Amino acid sequence: MRLSVLRRSETVIALVLLAAMLLIGLINPAFWNLANLFSLARSNVVIGIMALGVLTVMISGGIDVSFPAFAVAAMYLTVRAMVAWDWQGVAGPFVMATAIGLALGLINAAFVYGLRMIPLIVTLGTGSLVRGFLLGVVGTSQVNIDRMPKSLIAFGSTELTSLSDPAGGHFALSAMLLIYLAMALLVHFLLTHTMLGRGIYALGSDGEAARRVGFDRRLTIFVVYALAGALAGFAGLLHGAMIWLANPRDFNGLELDVIAAVVLGGASIFGGRGSVLGTMLGVFMLVMVSNSLIIMHIATTWQRVVVGFIVIIATAATSWRDRRRIA
Amino acid sequence: MSEPLISLCEVSKSFGGVQALAGLSLTLRRGEIHCLAGENGSGKSTLIKIIAGIYRPDSGSVLIDGETITQLDPITAIAHGIQVIYQDFSLFPTLTVAENLALPSEIHAGRRLVRWRHVHQLARAALARLGIDIDLAANVETLSTAERQLVAIARALMSAPRLLVMDEPTTTLTGREVERLFAIVRDIQRQGIAVLFVSHKIREMFDISERITVIRNGCVVAAGAIGEFNEAALARAMTGQEITAEGYRWMPPPGAKPRLEIRGLTVPGELQGIDLRVMPGEIIGISGLLGSGRTELALALFGLRPTHQGEIRVDGRAAALRSVQQAVSAGITYVPEDRLTEGLFLTQTINRNLLAASFEALSRYFLIDFARARRASADMIAEMQITTPSGERPVMELSGGNQQRVVIGRWLMRDARVLILNGPTVGVDVGSKAGIHRRIRDLAESRGVAVLMISDDLPELVQNCNRILILHRGKIVEEVMAEATTEAILSEILKALS
Repeated sequence: MRLSVLRRSETVIALVLLAAMLLIGLINPAFWNLANLFSLARSNVVIGIMALGVLTVMISGGIDVSFPAFAVAAMYLTVRAMVAWDWQGVAGPFVMATAIGLALGLINAAFVYGLRMIPLIVTLGTGSLVRGFLLGVVGTSQVNIDRMPKSLIAFGSTELTSLSDPAGGHFALSAMLLIYLAMALLVHFLLTHTMLGRGIYALGSDGEAARRVGFDRRLTIFVVYALAGALAGFAGLLHGAMIWLANPRDFNGLELDVIAAVVLGGASIFGGRGSVLGTMLGVFMLVMVSNSLIIMHIATTWQRVVVGFIVIIATAATSWRDRRRIA
Repeated sequence: MSEPLISLCEVSKSFGGVQALAGLSLTLRRGEIHCLAGENGSGKSTLIKIIAGIYRPDSGSVLIDGETITQLDPITAIAHGIQVIYQDFSLFPTLTVAENLALPSEIHAGRRLVRWRHVHQLARAALARLGIDIDLAANVETLSTAERQLVAIARALMSAPRLLVMDEPTTTLTGREVERLFAIVRDIQRQGIAVLFVSHKIREMFDISERITVIRNGCVVAAGAIGEFNEAALARAMTGQEITAEGYRWMPPPGAKPRLEIRGLTVPGELQGIDLRVMPGEIIGISGLLGSGRTELALALFGLRPTHQGEIRVDGRAAALRSVQQAVSAGITYVPEDRLTEGLFLTQTINRNLLAASFEALSRYFLIDFARARRASADMIAEMQITTPSGERPVMELSGGNQQRVVIGRWLMRDARVLILNGPTVGVDVGSKAGIHRRIRDLAESRGVAVLMISDDLPELVQNCNRILILHRGKIVEEVMAEATTEAILSEILKALS
């Protein structure tokens, strides 16, 4: 029992994460400030929700690089609609953003299932199309804080606890974390406690065997891509609400960060492997590293280098693990 | 005689103009072990898929319990108690044994949620039925092939089947695992379940089956109780040709010097003081249990055991075999057991596959002499008698036997003096097997190649080698002349070792 806990990838990631935290804390003691930890937690929310969708797609043996485009489309369309109609709501706009993401995800699924196309190519294509249409048809102007719907700003600033530091500064734990945790629980439940969820693992593990056993390939593929789209759409609007800004060029290059986080969390590029807990740890690791680079005043361009390294190291580690198991 | 469980009447099926089944009729009775024999491409797989409901026949009918089933799809087939264990087992490598066992029946029970306790209960019961013990929490990818097969069988039995179809179940098993499998199959039969055992291994069919149906080119060419057949008749029915079973007789050429001399070859923990002399044209059979050191001997000769001690001479010259490169330049060639997965570039052309190891020899100043390369590969296709319209066809279009010849041919292009073959005909059907054996003998006789043939297939060794060695715990424990032994004697020797 003890041993099997140690063998789990989540344990390994958690240990690596802990070591990284200790190391960063040594270099920069400010890391352990509650303010910093709260802000770190807050930065997990949007990437984390997107990562849950990407995780599901990757377990099924697919990949999705279109979700940042879907997220930005859902956010920008919804915010522009709110501005245009002077619509002050929270639930309604989030339903709209989620629905936009979901609809776009269904398009991915239709190509992947119906035309048996390679998911990477499909999602590269749909992502590019959606971004292009958004900028070409809807507009390129940013919705700034002055025009941003007040209801969204208020929602995005909801706090769980509010504290003051000795210097008189104010910091708080964002309530958005609860949304992230709730979604993580839901996806965890889907993946581990429903037949549909086990079907996602089965499809990624061996598609032909899944078909012979009687798992519904069509349902699984549609659910997986629709879920990734819906989560991206939701996370997109949440992002807008948290930064009080809707920029139609946002989320550029985010796909790499999120996929890096998911791979770091133990999911396999080849499908059939991965967990919500691992993904959350992976997201935390990635966010923490970029966050620390900022604290240490390292230029943002170098963050790309670090993310690149993380992707390569994490993939190397997982393929080493998989090779050992096959041998 | 028990009642028919499933009957196929005049079933035909074609794929894009290729007639896979041509008016084939077959009856399986309740509770019998029935063997479906045929070479690769004879229509066995199509037949299985029709029984499983995956393919619909173009014409003809399928009867289950005497009633015609018009729309046999996979769900109906399963509902009628038909379970198929495919060659790849259809398991999920990244899921646990428990899930692999229980999920299918949970799907068919229409469950939406996974009840983990129930899954484990189901799985435990399934393994208990076969009397086997496998860790339920282990991922299937960590199991051996034999264990995976047991999981697949246990899973198939969970749905209380009446017919279990096993597609070439012994291909990747060792001798002892095959015996265990047969015990389980007989046990399944005692539970009243019919078994359709699909195979191309003649020996096995006599061991396990009660009735045999032989198909060739989509037609039944022979059928009846096992007692009505003998091995020669069965081979003739399967291949449509007479296969001669004449042993390899070899006479030392006058004044010949040994091609390969091994003195005191030792690899710590693997081989202990191996002494061996092989003359040109000799074919030496090597057998032994798994872990006997037979594969390690091949690896040591091929430069993959750089720490070995002892002396190795090729044509009288001492050969340092510390790397594959050195082994190859000494004229030693090794065709591994898993050549189909690791030895061939399946999507590449036959020419490229043949030339893969020779480009260096065929090039000058980094440029490949393509004219020479083309000639060389055309010659090799002719010499190995590879059946193909052109060397530019991809290797995956070839039959298993022809693929084998490509691999062997590739290494022969390098002018091999010592050829080591590990399981040269594993997974190859009777007809192609005879062809490969013929080629190996020709090579030994006409080119004076010294051949070491490692195999579990004792008839293969007795028939094709002039001398047979048996290894055990890294030592040669027995050396017999093939003409003075039989398969039964060898089998006794091996049994005594285990």
